[in-house]
Amino acid sequence: MATGQLFSRTTQALFYNYKQLPIQRMLDFDFLCGRETPSVAGIINPGSEGFQKLFFGQEEIAIPVHATIEAACAAHPTADVFINFASFRSAAASSMAALKQPTIRVVAIIAEGVPESDTKQLIAYARSNNKVVIGPATVGGIQAGAFKIGDTAGTIDNIIQCKLYRPGSVGFVSKSGGMSNELYNTIARVTDGIYEGIAIGGDVFPGSTLSDHVLRFNNMPQVKMMVVLGELGGRDEYSLVEALKQGKVSKPVVAWVSGTCARLFKSEVQFGHAGAKSGGELESAQAKNQALRDAGAVVPTSYEAFEAAIRETFDKLVEEGKITPIKEITPPPIPEDLSTAIKSGKVRAPTHIISTISDDRGEEPCYAGVPMSSIIEKGYGVGDVISLLWFKRSLPRYCTQFIEICIMLCADHGPCVSGAHNTIVTARAGKDLVSSLVSGLLTIGPRFGGAIDDAARYFKDAHDRALTPYEFVEGMKKKGIRVAGIGHRIKNRDNKDKRVELLQKFARTHFPSVKYMEYAVQVETYTLTKANNLVLNVDGAIGSLFLDLLAGSGMFTKQEIDEIVEIGYLNGLFVLARSIGLIGHTFDQKRLKQPLYRHPWEDVLYTK
Amino acid sequence: MARKKIREYDSKRLLKEHFKRLSGKELPIKSAQITASTDFTELQEKEPWLSSSKLVVKPDMLFGKRGKSGLVALNLDFAQVVSFVKERLGKEVEMSGCKGPITTFIVEPFIPHNEEFYLNIVSERLGNSISFSECGGIEIEDNWDKVKTAFVPTGMSLTSEIVAPLVATLPLEIKGEIEEFLKVVFTLFQDLDFTFLEMNPFTLVDGKPYPLDMRGELDDTAAFKNFKKWGDIEFPLPFGRVMSATESFIHGLDEKTSASLKFTVLNPKGRIWTMVAGGGASVIYADTVGDLGFASELGNYAEYSGAPKEEEVLQYARVVIDCATANPDGQKRALVIGGGIANFTDVAATFSGIIRALKEKESKLKAARMHIFVRRGGPNYQKGLALMRALGEEIGIPIEVYGPEATMTGICKEAIQFITAAA
Repeated sequence: MATGQLFSRTTQALFYNYKQLPIQRMLDFDFLCGRETPSVAGIINPGSEGFQKLFFGQEEIAIPVHATIEAACAAHPTADVFINFASFRSAAASSMAALKQPTIRVVAIIAEGVPESDTKQLIAYARSNNKVVIGPATVGGIQAGAFKIGDTAGTIDNIIQCKLYRPGSVGFVSKSGGMSNELYNTIARVTDGIYEGIAIGGDVFPGSTLSDHVLRFNNMPQVKMMVVLGELGGRDEYSLVEALKQGKVSKPVVAWVSGTCARLFKSEVQFGHAGAKSGGELESAQAKNQALRDAGAVVPTSYEAFEAAIRETFDKLVEEGKITPIKEITPPPIPEDLSTAIKSGKVRAPTHIISTISDDRGEEPCYAGVPMSSIIEKGYGVGDVISLLWFKRSLPRYCTQFIEICIMLCADHGPCVSGAHNTIVTARAGKDLVSSLVSGLLTIGPRFGGAIDDAARYFKDAHDRALTPYEFVEGMKKKGIRVAGIGHRIKNRDNKDKRVELLQKFARTHFPSVKYMEYAVQVETYTLTKANNLVLNVDGAIGSLFLDLLAGSGMFTKQEIDEIVEIGYLNGLFVLARSIGLIGHTFDQKRLKQPLYRHPWEDVLYTK
Repeated sequence: MARKKIREYDSKRLLKEHFKRLSGKELPIKSAQITASTDFTELQEKEPWLSSSKLVVKPDMLFGKRGKSGLVALNLDFAQVVSFVKERLGKEVEMSGCKGPITTFIVEPFIPHNEEFYLNIVSERLGNSISFSECGGIEIEDNWDKVKTAFVPTGMSLTSEIVAPLVATLPLEIKGEIEEFLKVVFTLFQDLDFTFLEMNPFTLVDGKPYPLDMRGELDDTAAFKNFKKWGDIEFPLPFGRVMSATESFIHGLDEKTSASLKFTVLNPKGRIWTMVAGGGASVIYADTVGDLGFASELGNYAEYSGAPKEEEVLQYARVVIDCATANPDGQKRALVIGGGIANFTDVAATFSGIIRALKEKESKLKAARMHIFVRRGGPNYQKGLALMRALGEEIGIPIEVYGPEATMTGICKEAIQFITAAA
């Protein structure tokens, strides 16, 4: 066990297992104390390398991240404290690896639940190599005005209130991390403050003991008195009793052992014959408090009187001239974290993205305000999800059913259409699913599947202006614009597109109004007088029928309808539907293990 | 780390299995366990020695001195064992001031013997100590001076040099056998993360060590390393520790969360009830009520820590409040909602759950004439305390609220003054 000072204003640490908050708290403490250098020299994040950005006061700094303990120690030879935030499963192994580094002198282990036998190995190694282990199950320790481990002492507000940004005269050691924070506050209230505080952790066998630290404090001239908070159970306090009896501690010790309430619980029986020999009674809080009192420590009669005992002891030292009053300093202000400031309303920060369709805060995600569980429980389908995420409302069943019919009818139309062809070629080139899919999708455009929106726009405009089919078609011709939604390479007057017929039949049965579709049929009648293949195609059918859905359902205002048509919602249906087929073609080619496609020579006209 | 007692049956099961693994030698230990759900016919078929041996039956309930209490039966056949067990299973007994039902028995072959040795291994901070004596069994307490102890520092194994003084006075013909036994048991102790192991007594059968009564404790924080070695291990509650329905409920919540939630009823009619954040602080609150002379009025011990979720705190607080208000007798009662200064727990967040529970239980709190005392510090504590003050006004129940500027246990004194003031 080291004989005295563990930390200083230049102490540096390596932090194992990246945790942003405790590291930032350490750096904020450093800045508050007026340290010139940050106390965290490096971070060890197994498997990672690079830098982590953190704040040192107003400045952002980059702290190196190392993949291994060995690399970190080699890169930062003056960092002699190892702060271990590993979980209980790996805390012992990583701590032992750190203890074996020649540059590491102190290891603090935060994890609870480290096996007893592993801790004992660490204790044995540390003792034989004159190193110090704090923990396991510790929140850490602090030297006021100099160095802080992890989350010790909590928030910056608390650190300021407890005057931990500058050294006082009291050395404090406790088993409990939570109570350490409480005592920093109490000691600040009734003395000139803490010089050093250590929480040794609540395990049966701490890496270092209450008396280890009291003896260290006794050797440190800056420490004028010690405060000790023990607990029932274990015998650790008795080594302090022995040290006091042997005169090894020359400074006043104010102590309290909590757990006097244990007598209120029905006690367990003595177990077996050996139980008679083990000091069950000696481990009680009452016995420990009495033993400490007998050995010369100042021990109050209850925790409630602890504060007064500390004050009296301190005041006596001041009277005797052993403590001179401290010159108070004002610590520099630390900028507040943006997230904290926003939360408390001190600053307004603009957002960068707006979402009105879905919300993943809270218990479960919502689509347009409808919880996911509700969607499942009500038996909603894909059409309902589309109505929520595309149109931000729940539409009547016939609308969502129509959407689903469109998807089903447009899912695929054989391998020869351009989109499917391109997907197949890409799949056969060995590309992954997503690449093959987007090859087909990127083929969608004005001549392949991308005409629904145009069809809707032109049919809507013509119908709403009460143009006759003749006026509409001839007007478009004069402008040199093809009539979207009319014409098919294969289908003709005598071989109508079955998909169109199915859609029209559904709409006539369920839609309140089909005026746009009827108009499209009139246009078709006129165009068929010109050529046999100028039939209403599936794009035209979906475009016109969707106009009927929007207008006839009563769910949309005119302005909303205009906006939907303007933005171009309807091609989304084709994209969504055809994705199903394109994915199917990709799987089919891969299943068949088809080789790279090479277009046959004989199908190419080579010419000048 | 937490040391957990295991049943004698499990100690022997582990000893037999791993003694063989570590030494290659078989210990002829036989034992069977009987509980309320045991099918005796099935057990007999599975363990044929039950039909062919004379038997011993003992309660396996983590208490000792069973022989002196008339709870052990010797030299029985299986039918007699069944009769003995059925007569006592589920019956309540008192041992050293603790009462509880006997739920589990262990049955073993009856071994007539002459020698009784004592063996004890205990984990200590700097190593393990091993104690041995030739005068074991009931006689151990009269012969503590004959127990010899050796210490084995961490990292070392039990060598012949260390064992020698322990077995020095043994007859030559058994010394080697016992020395070897001690070495293997010591290795097994370390390998399985035992923290305590005792055989009192063990005897020699055909010149080989045989444990008669055995006791063990494991370090349950080493479970993640040992789940294959330990097999289907059980960590029973201490004898006499029978949880009430409310305590069981909280225990169930505690097991499902990474936070810590503890609750023990001390006096259902008590007039000072606590709900305290932090393992260290909660003990001190209970201490302080006792140290100020009102232990008999303390209704409970309760602790929450490790940042439980609001919903968890809500369920926990409901239970505490229901117990605190269960006996409205016109007398005034106090609820102490305390805690130290948190390192990183958001105070307002955990208080939200408590506040919801207090709102729900408004009428019960009034019927019990409950006065509430709050003290807390830490991240976001100002908001938490403000919420508490607002709640007091909203539901019309007096709530005294303090921050870190007040002493942590000052509200205990106030609570005592409140319940003792003239009605």
